[in-house]
Amino acid sequence: MRITRVLALAAAIGAAALGTAIAEEEIHFPAQKWSFNGPFGTFDRASAQRGAQVYKEVCANCHSLKMAYYRDLGGIGMEPGAIAAIAASVSVPTIADDGSVAERPALPSDHFRSPFANEKAARSANGGALPPDLSVITKARDGGEDYLHALLLGYGDAPATMKMGDGMNYNKMFPGNQIGMPRPLSDGQVDYSDGTKATTEQMARDVVTFLSYIANPEMEARKRLGVKMVLFLVLMTGLSYAVKRKVWADVDH
Amino acid sequence: MAGLHKSDFANPVINWIDTRLPIFTMMQKEYGVFPTPKNFNYFWNFGALAMINLVIMIATGIFLAMNYTPHVSMAFDSVERIMRDVNYGWLLRYVHANGASMFFIVTYIHIFRGLYYGSYKAPRELLWMIGVVILLVMMATAFMGYVLPWGQMSYWGATVITNLFSAIPVVGEHVVTWLWGGFSVDNPTLNRFFSLHFLLPFVLVGVVFLHIAALHVTGSNNPLGIDVKSPQDTLPFHPYYTMKDSVGICVYLLVFAALVCFAPNLFMAAENYIPANPLVTPSEIVPEWYFLPFYAILRAVPSKLGGVLLMFGAIAVLFVLPWLDTSPVRSAKFRPIYRNLFWVLLIAVVTLGFVGAHRPEGIWVVLGRVATFYYFLHFLVILPVLGKLERPLPLPESISRPVTSGGGGPLPGGAAAKPMEKA
Amino acid sequence: MANSMPATADGQHGSDVTKRDFLKLVTGAGALVGAGALAWPLIDSMNPSADVLALSSTTVDLAPIQLGQAITVVWRGKPVFVRHRTPEEIKGAATVAQNTLADPALDSARVKKGAEQWLVVVGICTHLGCIPIGNKTTEARGDFGGWFCPCHGSQYDTSGRVRHGPAPANLAVPPYAFEGDTKIKIG
Repeated sequence: MRITRVLALAAAIGAAALGTAIAEEEIHFPAQKWSFNGPFGTFDRASAQRGAQVYKEVCANCHSLKMAYYRDLGGIGMEPGAIAAIAASVSVPTIADDGSVAERPALPSDHFRSPFANEKAARSANGGALPPDLSVITKARDGGEDYLHALLLGYGDAPATMKMGDGMNYNKMFPGNQIGMPRPLSDGQVDYSDGTKATTEQMARDVVTFLSYIANPEMEARKRLGVKMVLFLVLMTGLSYAVKRKVWADVDH
Repeated sequence: MAGLHKSDFANPVINWIDTRLPIFTMMQKEYGVFPTPKNFNYFWNFGALAMINLVIMIATGIFLAMNYTPHVSMAFDSVERIMRDVNYGWLLRYVHANGASMFFIVTYIHIFRGLYYGSYKAPRELLWMIGVVILLVMMATAFMGYVLPWGQMSYWGATVITNLFSAIPVVGEHVVTWLWGGFSVDNPTLNRFFSLHFLLPFVLVGVVFLHIAALHVTGSNNPLGIDVKSPQDTLPFHPYYTMKDSVGICVYLLVFAALVCFAPNLFMAAENYIPANPLVTPSEIVPEWYFLPFYAILRAVPSKLGGVLLMFGAIAVLFVLPWLDTSPVRSAKFRPIYRNLFWVLLIAVVTLGFVGAHRPEGIWVVLGRVATFYYFLHFLVILPVLGKLERPLPLPESISRPVTSGGGGPLPGGAAAKPMEKA
Repeated sequence: MANSMPATADGQHGSDVTKRDFLKLVTGAGALVGAGALAWPLIDSMNPSADVLALSSTTVDLAPIQLGQAITVVWRGKPVFVRHRTPEEIKGAATVAQNTLADPALDSARVKKGAEQWLVVVGICTHLGCIPIGNKTTEARGDFGGWFCPCHGSQYDTSGRVRHGPAPANLAVPPYAFEGDTKIKIG
């Protein structure tokens, strides 16, 4: 009897979930194998560092990363000296001693410099579209890293039947298939210093790894803590259950 | 020594305090030797779990508040600063955010346990009603807390839910303007929500105290739903139930820790990682999962006022539940028809949850209406009528001597129900 | 009575009792460790955060500071005095008898060798945290020519050492290094 009811409940949930799946948008993107997947996953340092280069040379022309600091690059294995050099190659706005607006070299403690001074400047430079900030982008899109990876590779020629809007680009992964962002990556666009071949797929994978790190800089610490907590709590569950059994041993219930 | 409490604790310091303020005597009475039915199953853990959850929420919340800035131009960034810069800030925030989900999971199980075993029936009507108040305060707290990170869902959730009050005839618009402190959800709204979100958990502590005080007057219900008749039916709360609760707490923390550390954004809408934009509504507004059944009821009728009334009615009906259910038998174990309808109700509520997550189109409209209809039918029609028609199974004589089929001859339902009436 | 049940049972199974007690002890200790581990993140969240710690250095251009004047710069949210001392002030600071000092310290230990004209101290009175005055020559500098704390009257000399009043210690010297002749980096 009880089993039947549980089954009925499960069936109801299953049916509803199936309905969910059917009703969703038809865009499908393949689940990728990421270095940071799973409870023991970590960020592939080399990939994330290459991704930082892709961000710097390609994405940063339009997209800000304003929550992140240059010092965050230490979390993907860059040396303090290298970070300071990267920061120093960028100038950030400051107020000079005489009160005028000036620029100074950035420090590792500075936020990444945004490409545009404000939203209006960003829009006017991009045909009215606002390139979103990328600080938490992998958390801010359904599908996360898999979606962004697919999006970067989703460019192509629009079907002849499709009427494209002015200045819009065809992307089979973008909802509505018309995206303001022109195709950002093409083979060989950046020169990787570690000799990795800069295919579009490789660059997409690297930059998404980097952005995933920027969105979740705490991930590795979080998972390490998680493993410890789970082990500890499994032990405590066993212990407290044993004590409970002992305490209840004399009770007829 | 007139006026001093008579205490006999071995420890002189404890004794000195206790004679002047008998808190140790009280703890001993309410949590030490408190006679508790010996036949609880693990569903009786969930009250304690909810209390632990409340403590966790208050603790993390206080430390989050030290780093949060309730201003429209800084709230989103301050939450990100907590995630990135504050020591263990990510842990505090993820525990707090997922703690809301855990709180509702635990509380909903606690409520459905009460429904299954008839814990709302006399003499525990007031205990149950205080519980409904707790649910309401929890919902208000959770709603206002969700606004604080000032993401897209925060903003539009706040807009949509506060607009519910505009359905009130005549004064509705004024009420909404008053809630907002302006003509849209804006900085004054965020500020007052932060203030209330900080206050309400402490109100919750007070109401929880009343809930427990009322519980310790009537004593706990139990899976058989029959009254405690003799000391053989009970065990002292400590160590029996302190240990049983400890096992439950460990398992609960295990689930909680795994959620926080390995899937912290499982229950979070991606849209809420986009800063609030008062000029663009997200393509799909979905409340947090724990509000989905109510959201589905809201949308089940094509009338603004009707939907709002129905939604609040869904909770109001719980207030009067003790008088809607006319059956003198508490536990569904001995109510063959109610037992099945309980599962139908549960399926209806789960279905409403799924309906709430989808645009009201096609099959979802029909499903939503059928489930809403059943929800109210269950409480307003079935329960009052069923109590008169249903023939309960024979009730056991006492908790310590559960009746077995055959020997002794089962008592007819009416007679078996008698002891209940004195309760 | 339900109450008496454990007692009777304990009497019957002696070895069981020790086992149970040991288990209880381990479980209780585990619970304590767990509670402590839960409390630590809460406490640690009140320590300086990563962004605060990252702002740990400030560079100061010394060129604009006129002889006899001091400027105030901000380092870790605290005021730091950078003073351009006159030869007389240096001489006065260096020749004070140590036994007259409340907190004995050599002037040479408080400045960089070869750059004795530059005194860098945290501008917070060691008494109760007020900011002493005396950066400008026109301000009251007390009887010892350094700084004067308006809160409770502590006086510091031209090496930032306390000479009078309730302050228990000299003005602290922050870690700093010269980056060229007219530039220092504090922190």
